[in-house]
Amino acid sequence: MEFVEKARIMDGPRINRALARLSSEVVEENHGAGDLFLVGIRRRGVPLAERMATKIADLEGYRPPVGVLDITLYRDDLSTVGAKPVVNRTELPGDIENRNIVLIDDVLYTGRTIRAALDQLIDFGRPRRVQLAVLIDRGKEHRELPIQADYIGKLVPTKKSEIIKVMLQEFDEEEGVVIVERPSETA
Amino acid sequence: MNTTFNRRHLLGIRELDAAEITHLLDTAENFREVSKRQIKKVPALRGRTVINLFFEPSTRTRTSFEIAAKRLSADAVNVSVSTSSVTKGETLLDTARNLEAMAPDCIVIRHSMAGAPQHLARMTNAPIVNAGDGSHEHPTQALLDALTIREYKGRIDGLKVAIVGDILHSRVARSNIYLLTKLGAKVSVGGPGTLVPDDFAELVESGLKIEKRFEDAIEGADAVMVLRIQRERQDAAFFPSMREYAVHYGLHPKHLERAAPDAIVMHPGPMNRGVEISSEIADGSRSLILDQVTNGVAVRMAVLYLLAGGGPEPAEERPPGEARARKQKRERKVNHE
Repeated sequence: MEFVEKARIMDGPRINRALARLSSEVVEENHGAGDLFLVGIRRRGVPLAERMATKIADLEGYRPPVGVLDITLYRDDLSTVGAKPVVNRTELPGDIENRNIVLIDDVLYTGRTIRAALDQLIDFGRPRRVQLAVLIDRGKEHRELPIQADYIGKLVPTKKSEIIKVMLQEFDEEEGVVIVERPSETA
Repeated sequence: MNTTFNRRHLLGIRELDAAEITHLLDTAENFREVSKRQIKKVPALRGRTVINLFFEPSTRTRTSFEIAAKRLSADAVNVSVSTSSVTKGETLLDTARNLEAMAPDCIVIRHSMAGAPQHLARMTNAPIVNAGDGSHEHPTQALLDALTIREYKGRIDGLKVAIVGDILHSRVARSNIYLLTKLGAKVSVGGPGTLVPDDFAELVESGLKIEKRFEDAIEGADAVMVLRIQRERQDAAFFPSMREYAVHYGLHPKHLERAAPDAIVMHPGPMNRGVEISSEIADGSRSLILDQVTNGVAVRMAVLYLLAGGGPEPAEERPPGEARARKQKRERKVNHE
């Protein structure tokens, strides 16, 4: 399957600037970083959470702990997908009871991943507050659940036939965000 | 590399390839964390039914499967059937038909006859997990053993593993021999001559060594697996007495001197303490017997996740046989009405 690249909407420096702004917004909104936990959603939310933690450390002199959520076992389509998705580990940096959690993911689209992440998070305890930060928000019209982001790197209105590809050096050869078109069914 | 496990059943290790085994182990490794949570439950198999069908007494394996199913939010139903009263073939067939009518999503079966799970797999639509069939295979035991070795040794490839004791009657030995050699370990088996058959060499193409002296099997081993003396499977006298066995073939600290300095010791349980394994070893620092039990839950969670969570499957892909015949019969019946 060949995807056609339609537009390059972010390059490395722009991703970096967006994360810097998100980090400073998180710190401002929460009056510091004192009781923050940053939790990245596998896969690409994890390096984003790490980078934001580093930026928060630069601002506040304190690096909030970073956790990892693997939402596979909480997916709502597990009984309909054919081959079982690969299960990875969930690692939270400590007790989340009464903590201030910022969930971090690369793209917010239907909201179903975030629903799964919230359900999983709550199985670990009762955080005081959970907020959501995403690098790309594909727009509210795609949402299938009442979920919105508190911090948005870039709002990118898209069509359903389009896919947003976030590339990070941790997983990909280059750094950037592109819109690609799904090949039509007949192709 | 295979990143999924596409089989319908887990009947044995023999038919699996190294990539499938590695995928099962990787998945199990990631499931270990679930059991360390405060709320030890994930919703992956919510609304699914797992039947534990045990024709042989078992506490550890049955409990392990039950806990694994429950931690995945599946409903686990335990059925213990005694084989003594009814002819075995009939019981299995009838039981399978009755169970199928209750629409389970997975059937875990233990049976004293080799091949019973394969038979069941042909008769029903539900995925079948072999939890031990006679002296044939016990795949989840081999997987949890491998997971334990990997946890402590970091790898399986290139290790030397000794399996000692009652090899002849052991499904654990067979499954482990298949698994460990497929993943590149060198396996040596040893024990009393009457319980270590020469024709085991034919089980695998390479990687297996049959030792006449049990101490020789342990030589340089990175891991030593001690097998249980299976009194219930011995219809003839393979050794004079338990006492004699303990003296000549029980694992004692002096034997471990010949193993690698950091060798680990495992036992599938239940142990005959003081017979095949001395208490000093069983309770010693090298013993991973309880780690094996912990890993057992993770392995069974992985197996149930990969087999029982499946979506609807096109009817054509189902194996022909009993189930389809019954479906056709039902359809005919409907047409008449």
